[in-house]
Amino acid sequence: MSMLEIRNLHARIENREILKGLNLTVNAGEVHSIMGPNGSGKSTLAQVMARRENYVVTEGEILLDGKDLLAMKPEDAACEGVFMAFQYPIEIAGISNAYFLRAALNAVRKYHGKKEMDAMDFMPFYKQKMKLLEVDESFMTRSVNEGFSGGEKKRNEILQMALLEPKLAILDETDSGLDIDAMRIVANGVNAMRSPDRAIIVITHYQRLLDYIVPDFVHVLVDGRIVKSGGKELALTLEEQGYVGVETEASATAVAV
Amino acid sequence: MSTDTKIIDSLVEGEYKWGFVTEVESDSAPKGLNEDTIRLISTKKNEPKFMLEWRLKAFRHWLKLEKQEAEPKWANIKYDAIDYQDIIYYSAPKPKKAGPKNLDEVDPEILLAYEKLGLPLNEQKRLAGVAVDAVFDSVSVATTFQAKLAEIGIIFCPFSEAVQRHPELVKKYLGSVVPYSDNFFAALNAAVFTDGSFVYVPKGVRCPMELMTYFRINAADSGQFERTLIIADEGSYVSYLEGCTAPTRDKNQLHAAVVELVAHDNAEIKYSTVQNWYPGDPVTGKGGIYNFVTKRGKCEGVNSKISWTQVETGAAITWKYPSVILQGDNSVGEFYSVALSNHWQQADTGTKMIHIGKNTRSTIIAKGISAGHGQNTYRGGVKVLKGAVGARNYTQCDSLLIGDKCGAHTFPYIEAKNSTARIEHEASTSKVGDDQIFYLQQRGLPKEDALSMIINGFCKQVFRKLPMEFAVEAQKLLSVSLEGSVG
Repeated sequence: MSMLEIRNLHARIENREILKGLNLTVNAGEVHSIMGPNGSGKSTLAQVMARRENYVVTEGEILLDGKDLLAMKPEDAACEGVFMAFQYPIEIAGISNAYFLRAALNAVRKYHGKKEMDAMDFMPFYKQKMKLLEVDESFMTRSVNEGFSGGEKKRNEILQMALLEPKLAILDETDSGLDIDAMRIVANGVNAMRSPDRAIIVITHYQRLLDYIVPDFVHVLVDGRIVKSGGKELALTLEEQGYVGVETEASATAVAV
Repeated sequence: MSTDTKIIDSLVEGEYKWGFVTEVESDSAPKGLNEDTIRLISTKKNEPKFMLEWRLKAFRHWLKLEKQEAEPKWANIKYDAIDYQDIIYYSAPKPKKAGPKNLDEVDPEILLAYEKLGLPLNEQKRLAGVAVDAVFDSVSVATTFQAKLAEIGIIFCPFSEAVQRHPELVKKYLGSVVPYSDNFFAALNAAVFTDGSFVYVPKGVRCPMELMTYFRINAADSGQFERTLIIADEGSYVSYLEGCTAPTRDKNQLHAAVVELVAHDNAEIKYSTVQNWYPGDPVTGKGGIYNFVTKRGKCEGVNSKISWTQVETGAAITWKYPSVILQGDNSVGEFYSVALSNHWQQADTGTKMIHIGKNTRSTIIAKGISAGHGQNTYRGGVKVLKGAVGARNYTQCDSLLIGDKCGAHTFPYIEAKNSTARIEHEASTSKVGDDQIFYLQQRGLPKEDALSMIINGFCKQVFRKLPMEFAVEAQKLLSVSLEGSVG
């Protein structure tokens, strides 16, 4: 059984249909990249998988290890191992990163019937992950994302992912707003998370992030559907031809069929 | 209706859990207000002549004000006219027998009521480190740790007892910070106040425990008019806390209190309030307490400090501006406030800092939370008089909106007559967004925990100022006041 099965997914927001019959299969241990032009539905797909309620699914299904993901509340999906690194991470004033992350980690542990982690056990664990993402220890006491630079926010997302150790990680345009150094650090963090029992979906506009996080599969999303899939070399083709080239080619294939 | 308003609506449904009524026999005055009512109260309390005279002067002043414009009209609140002749001004649980009180003689029903409120009064179950004065309707029913405090010279007793045993202190300080002529409600309180707490901390004494007064309105149709007076003599320190609740009733009840604080040279008073009066019916807005309160502290001595911390979650109407007169050189005034207006609640609250002495400093941190149809107003005044060389004020005023039917309003008044004064004012308004709640949910936190985390983060600067034991209570109270039927 595949970890993630998306079948004929149709989703809309405010009466506008964005996903129009999307199919995708992801196995544990794989890294998939989803690329596509603006407005093609990449972020919508991420939000639907994270169970954001404003996105309404009208048709199709998503199975996570055989469980109906669409029947889950956002917090249950998170506890089942779905993690989304936000394109625009949210600020929470007055709540420190350490407090927030321990609360999140304990919510997940509680869901799985595990003992909650106290501050004494949590701190060394947190510090170790901070080193991986090359962030300063002052992160712990700063409020969640408040006053963070764009790069710090993205690093914080990956730091959270490293701590929560999800089954399925979805990175929604994590490269946007990152300079080359920050991109390298973020990519190192993600690469360190690659494991045979974890799947990672990297959503991006540009090929450059994929120089650092090398995907096993690349999918091209256009107008709510995946129009082409391939290996990592597909990203390079896209870089050369642009989405328009792939789109034309795809519709030509569709006609031929 | 969009999804996020639905989520938020369901989050702000809450239920008032302190609305029970205690069955006790009470000794009440007939409804209505005239000189006879005041003489009756004074007689019941066996007061010395100076008290009755002061009350009557206050009453005559109040009558004058009532003819002019009655309640002050400048506040941003709407309510039905108050019929002052339809209120019971004195209601006391009947004592089982006459004479000096000890706990065995307090009606067990009343003890039970306080236990239900989480404040057991009897010796074995008492909160450690907190001395409690329990005020039930118009009278104080019990005060704990009184004897222990007396050993180090601290007087902590019901106001009526202070009038009997320390008339010289009462005479000296009563009305010295809030004169009866101060405003309409202060005049009314001075005329009819029945009880409250009295604290005197002698020179150089640091009060070793928190002092607390718990106000409970129980009787129907009665008003509660208490008066608290705290004096910190030179070099002393005291931390005082008040809590309040009332039964669920359809009719509005009036609570008009006065609090006066006096800090002498090098003394510090920390005054914290967790106010949780019945807020009225969540759906119709019917009933609830009208909370018209005058609180003021005077930093009379050099280097003295008065700090107000309030968490206001209850009452249908809150009209309250705990203020500090910074008279002594280098004195410090602080105001930390969280005010919540949910459902149909209205709060017009803030502070006044009056800088008179040199190098006086004040800090104002006000956090307003509006939810449901609630209306929340911050009203603050910072006044720097001519002689206040080097005065400094920092004001931060933040509003948080939950949902799209509530309102937040800010009215800061600043007046500086000394050119060396430094005054800063920062204000912000934000909305608890669907995106914030979703972000926390995406990390595994249930929706209600997410909201309560966001609110606690917003209030953190104020909660930090509460005494430890009560900070936790205040957090819980706030989430209960906002909790709902999230599935």
